[in-house]
This record gives sequence, structure tokens and C-alpha cells, in this order.
Amino acid sequence: MPKPSLLLLTSLLLAALPLAAPAMADDKNSLVVCTEASPEGFDLVQYTAATTADATAETLFERLVRFIPGTTELAPALAESWEVGADGLTYTFHLRHGVKFHHTEWFTPSRELNADDVLWSFQRQLDPQHPWHDKAVRGFPYAQSMGMAELIERIEALDAYTVRFTLKHAEAPFLANLAMGFSSIYSAEYADQLLAAGKPGQLNKLPIGTGPFVFDRYAKDAQVRFHANAGYWDGAPAIQKLLFAITPDPNVRIQQLKAGACQIALYPRPTDIAALKADSNIKIQSLDSLLTAYIAINTGHAPLDNVRVRQALNMAFDKSAYLRAQYGEGGASPAVAPYPPTLWGHDSQMLGWPHDPKRARQLLIESGHGDDLKLSIWTRPGGGPTNPNPGIGAQMLQADLAAIGIDSDIRVFEWGELIKRAKRGEHDLIFMGWAGDNGDPDNFLTPNLSCAAAKSGENMSGWCDEHFDALITEARRVSSRPQRIALYREALSVFHDEAPWIPLAFPKQFTALRNDVQGFVQSPMGSNNFARVSRTP
Amino acid sequence: MLSFIARRLGLLIPTFFGVTLLTFALIRMIPGDPVEVMMGERRVDPAMHAEALHRLGLDKPLYTQYFDYIGNLAQGDLGESLRTRESVWHEFTTLFPATLELSLAALLFAGTLGLIAGVIAALKRGSLFDHGVMGISLAGYSMPIFWWGLLLIMFFSVWLGWTPVSGRIDLLYDIEPRTGFMLIDTLLSDEEGAFVSALRHLILPAVVLGTIPLAVIARMTRSAMLEVLREDYVRTARAKGLSPARVVFIHGLRNALIPVLTVFGLQIGALLAGAVLTETIFSWPGIGKWLIESIGARDYPVVQNGILLIACLVILVNFIVDILYGLANPRIRHQR
Repeated sequence: MPKPSLLLLTSLLLAALPLAAPAMADDKNSLVVCTEASPEGFDLVQYTAATTADATAETLFERLVRFIPGTTELAPALAESWEVGADGLTYTFHLRHGVKFHHTEWFTPSRELNADDVLWSFQRQLDPQHPWHDKAVRGFPYAQSMGMAELIERIEALDAYTVRFTLKHAEAPFLANLAMGFSSIYSAEYADQLLAAGKPGQLNKLPIGTGPFVFDRYAKDAQVRFHANAGYWDGAPAIQKLLFAITPDPNVRIQQLKAGACQIALYPRPTDIAALKADSNIKIQSLDSLLTAYIAINTGHAPLDNVRVRQALNMAFDKSAYLRAQYGEGGASPAVAPYPPTLWGHDSQMLGWPHDPKRARQLLIESGHGDDLKLSIWTRPGGGPTNPNPGIGAQMLQADLAAIGIDSDIRVFEWGELIKRAKRGEHDLIFMGWAGDNGDPDNFLTPNLSCAAAKSGENMSGWCDEHFDALITEARRVSSRPQRIALYREALSVFHDEAPWIPLAFPKQFTALRNDVQGFVQSPMGSNNFARVSRTP
Repeated sequence: MLSFIARRLGLLIPTFFGVTLLTFALIRMIPGDPVEVMMGERRVDPAMHAEALHRLGLDKPLYTQYFDYIGNLAQGDLGESLRTRESVWHEFTTLFPATLELSLAALLFAGTLGLIAGVIAALKRGSLFDHGVMGISLAGYSMPIFWWGLLLIMFFSVWLGWTPVSGRIDLLYDIEPRTGFMLIDTLLSDEEGAFVSALRHLILPAVVLGTIPLAVIARMTRSAMLEVLREDYVRTARAKGLSPARVVFIHGLRNALIPVLTVFGLQIGALLAGAVLTETIFSWPGIGKWLIESIGARDYPVVQNGILLIACLVILVNFIVDILYGLANPRIRHQR
């Protein structure tokens, strides 16, 4: 009897196969993207996750306007042109002619895109009487959280290719909202057919859009397959087959990329970037994205309602050490404002609070809380792009607070519970993050720092400053860009002095690609579009 | 035997209700509700929150929700996922073949290798091989699956390039899921090389998932064999001049199999638990990954019924193992 060890046996077993069967030949007409999570569904207006948007809004669907790749500037898409009324209340869109919906096994379009499709796509979300409104059991979380029903007075078709939106009040970011995923245009004809056949659920499984790729199949939690839309109005994609390989573990995504099983790995961890750069087959693209990481100071809890205490906290925390520990060298830039400098309306003259523990201690004593201050630091267990290692971050803050005489304890809550309690204002200090999704400063300020958000709990600092609120409200109403910039700069100055947050970092967004991938442009909004990607032979 | 089976079946009813109550209560005891998780940092005012809960039927009193749940179960309705709006049964039957395929492969790996290693270790007691097997199996048992999986990927997939990193098949194969078992589906498809690709993808996950059961089975087989080999009837068999193989396999192993079978049955639960991690490491689209994501999203129907289905499966397997005891050892059958 031989004496094989288990490892030897295993190795022999493993060795037997690869020699017999080399991996399938690499097809340069196809692109495999390793992504981190499954799409929740394909009726994207019911969902909010970025991975769902990548598999729907960036591939299958389009909107009236779109962001110019790599920027936050808007360009025509399904609307060729538009006019905004002088009062900022009406937006008239002229639709592009000749846009075809996808032709698939489950739907044959009889007509091109027209105003009916635009009306259907919005009214379904806004009008409770619409026959499709209650078909979305999850509701329309994005449109609801953006307050679209309260903003839009009516939508009407002026003719088959002209649509007018009338707003209840002027809202400068409205156009940018129309470039967001939830404003995607669906086929009303397809929807009618599904409703008549009693199959409304199919809208979430077998999607039909006008985008650069056509849906083939979704194997749950494994892969999503698309093929190029040969009749795409903006030119067919160079890639014939697009595959999303669902690979939740970031280590495995990297290994898949190294092994050549996928050509693009999304969301690599910042700490893995240095090692990836050392691989000669892989290139890294990075972009200052619209992400912000911050600590919200709950101004509803005394003595955090005292501005001097908040300023002391800002000066106590060593942000540069935090950045190095969390994002690695060059993985993020220090934050001084709620939104990054890449976004218009930023004040480049604005300096953050310096790291000055002595001055912080002095401010604390002056405010009468030199010895008795005890705070709770809230964070979550698992990391994400804005807070890669929550435990380390909280401990660093705890140590820096101790250095100025503040006693603190760290409380870790699972994400759902953390959000729920934080919205109730139970925390003192909480590590939070925000991802901008329409390239407008208002997208950062109103949801996180307005008085309305303080009431709804979304503003985690509970800070409601009338002056700041008036400034950002005014900036939303006026349409002139220079005027808006001036208003935002003034608002940022109030934010700085009042210190409702400890702004932490603007993390960079990384994408890892095989060297043969060309034409991939990162979006500051964090979305991933492959319509212009090709592979060198 | 029949009354034994009837008694076992009778025990299933309270177990079944216990599981429904436990999963129903436990998922609701986890803080946070599906609407909070769905909206994340975004605005959910109380009215929106209440409306969403109403739409999802989660605003009813808990006991009403439980009785609705049991009522639906009685009609064979496992409900719909709150996230995907797909029926739970459909999602389960879509994903379960992947888990089953992986678990069977892991069990085959663990069972075959574990039995062989255990028997040899028992026969060569005190030898280098025996110490080696015991040492490796202890290490295998103690190994964190996550770490072990990544280690094997690094070694076999990245350095040696022998096996694929993750997934069930090379992505460029477009295999129609007819049975859900990739090995079978690839045989049914006309894609050349697909079967071998699927097999290669199965190896590492099966090894990782099978490592702990392999360690347990090897140790159990060894100790059971040592017991049996000391028995009088083995000595008698040897004295009768039977061939060593006949003594070991017919007189020895068959009797040693009873405790090993128990462990085998218990390993099904361990395999399904291990599948959660293995499936995550290898991006294997099975029910482990499905359940983890559903717990994160507070997808109540999926968690409740997914766990219920798995519990039923574990109960069923152990029931079958109980019956197999009888077949392996007539004394047990007669005693009962």
C-alpha cells in the first residue's frame, strides 16, 4: 500500500485536469467585468444600489439627458435639445427621432421611442392612479427620496416628440436629476403588453430599453449577460458580448483579474492598489469621485450644540493619520467641505480646521467642558468605500479625543440598526459617508445639512442653521451658475465656522483593468458604463 | 422498522413548527427593518416608511404575520422575496442545485479520502502515515474556511494556474440552466469543453468545503476501525485464514461504518453551514450566499423559508441516515 499524503493526493487530482483542458480561448469581442453584487432586479426605479444601476441604467436604459463621460456636465441623450422657461418652471424636451427599443425574444417593438414612453416612465412613479404605480411593491425609493412628486406639477406631451415638465417651484438641479437612473425611459408599449397579458412582474426580469446593450440572461448571483445593441442610435458598442461576473469578495475579484478571467475588476480596495500596480498585465484607473467621508456631530446633544466644542473636536482629530491608515498613500484627499473640490461651487480658498490639540483643549476649557465630557462614537462593523476600516477609524478618534480630555466609548451597530438609531439622533458622533449621484452641490447639501433633513433624521448632525438653509434653498431656485457658485461659497463658509461635521476624506475611486482594455472612462458618480470600451487584439 | 420510521416521522412535526417559529422570531429580532435597509442614508420620513411597511404587509401585528405565514405554508406558498419580487421557491430551486452539486462533490471528496485515510491510519497505527493523517486532519478541522479557500486560490489558481479562481464555469460558455447542475447541463449542451471547464471549477470549492468533513471522517473512521479491529470476530476471521482485504473491508469497515455514518449525516448540516463561506469565496451562486444577502437586506420571506427548507433537508438527511444504520447493522434494526 503506498503512503500518499492528503495534500499530495489533492495536488495530483488538481494536476490531472488542466493539462487536458486549457481555459476557453479569450474572445476579444467580449468583455467580462467582475462586479461585487447581484443586481436586485431589472426594473431599476425600484432600487437604489449602484450595482443594480450598472446592470440596468448604464447598459439597458437611457435618459433624456446624460452625463458627459468622466464629468458631471450634462449632454443630450434621448432628448436632442431642451429649453428652460425664463421662470425656471418649465422644461421642454425635444426627443430624438429614430431611437429603437430593444428587439428580443420576449418583445418586438412596433414603433420608435416617443413622448408616450417618457410620460409612462415618469407618471408611473409620480401618479398614484397610474395602473403601474402599485405594481412596484417596493415603491420608487429614489424618486421618493428626491421629492420628485412634490416638485413636478405635471408632465405633458406637446406632440409625439415633445414633452414638457412643469415644476411647482424653480429647481436648478432638476435637469441633473433627469440624468439619474430613476429617470430612465421605459417602453410604454412593452408595459402595455405585459399588463394586458397579466405579467407585470416580467418588467423586473426581462427588461427592454434603448441602451447600448441588450439583456440576454441573468443567472442569479452568478452572471448577467448582454449583447451589443447593433441598432443603437449612438453607434453600436465595440464589444459584442458583455458579461458581469458577480464576485462579492474583493480578493477574488483581483485574483480573477490577474488570472485573466475578467478584464475589469470594479471596486478594488484602496489598500490593494499598490500591489496591483506592480502587476505588469494590469493597469489602474483612478478618479476623484463624488464621495465624502465625515463624522457627524449631533448638535441636538448638549454640549455639542456649543460651536466651540464642535470646533475643538475638529481640531482634535488627526485627519492626515486617519487618511493614511484608512485609504493608504494617495487613496484619498483630506476633506474640508461637504463635497469634493472636483465639483463646481467648491471654494478652493477654504482651509479646514488645523490639527491642533492644544488649541482644541483650550476651546474645550473655555466652553466649560474641560473635564466632564463623555461622548459616544458610533460606527458600523463592515467597511465600505467611504470608511474602509470602521473599527480603526473609531479607535483613532477615541485616542485623539482622549488627548484633549474627552472620554468616549465606541458603539458598533449593524448597518440597518445604525441608520435607524442615528436618524432618531441617539448618537453623539457618527462616522458616515455620502455618494453624490447627480453632480450638483445641492445633492450633498440638502439631503445632509438642510433643516428639512434635520427634521426627517437624514441630517445626522441634526444641525439646522437658518442662514445656511436660506443660502442653499436660494441656490436651488436660481439657474445662473455664477450666482449659484457664490451662494454655495457663502454656505460653505457658514458650514466651516459652525462645524457640524468633522469632514474626513474625499476617497478616490479605483478601477483595475487588464492592459488590453481601452476606452473605459470612470464616472465621478461611481457608475460604470462599457458602451465605448474595446479590447486591443 | 415501520414503527421506528413512524416515530421518527412523528417527531418531524414539532421540529417543523419549532423551526418556523424560531426563524420568524429571530429574523425580526435582528435590529433594522427591510425599509430602513433598502433606503440606507436616503430620506425616509415616517409617512414613507409606514407606507412602505404597509405595502410589504409588515405593518400587521406580529401574530397575524405569523399565522399568515403558516397559512401560506399550508397552501405551499413560500411567499415572494421583498427584494427581488421573485417567488422564494423559484429562487431556492434555482440556486439549490449549485449548493447540492458543490456539497455532493465535497462529500465525495471527504468521504472517499476520509475513509481511505482513516482505514490506512488505523491499520498502520503509530506509523508516520498515521501521525501525518491525524496531524493534517486536526489542521484541516481547525482551518478557517475563508483563509484556507484564499490560500488554495493563491496557490493553485494564481501561482500554478491549474484551476479557475471562482465561478461555476468559464464565463464565455453560455450554458442554459436545464437542471441547475452545471455538470449535467454542460453535458446536455453542445458547447465543446464546457463539461471539463465545469469540473475544473468544482474542484477547489469542493476541496475547501470538504476539508472539515474530511478531517472528521478520517479521525472517526480511524478510531472506529481501531475499536473494531480489536474485536474477537476480527481475530476469528483472521484465524480462519480470510484474506487481509476481506478482514478489513467486510468484517472491519462494515462494522466501523456505523459511527462514521452518524458523522456523515451530521456533516450535512456542517456542509451547508460551510457552504455559506465557500460560496462567498468562490462566487458560487448557491443558497448560502443567497441567505447571507437576504439576512443583510432583512428579506424576511427568504430568510424564514430558506432556513426552513434547509432545516427540512437536514432533518430528511438525518432521517435517511437513521434508516441506513439499520441496513448497515441488523442488530440496530432488530432492537428497534
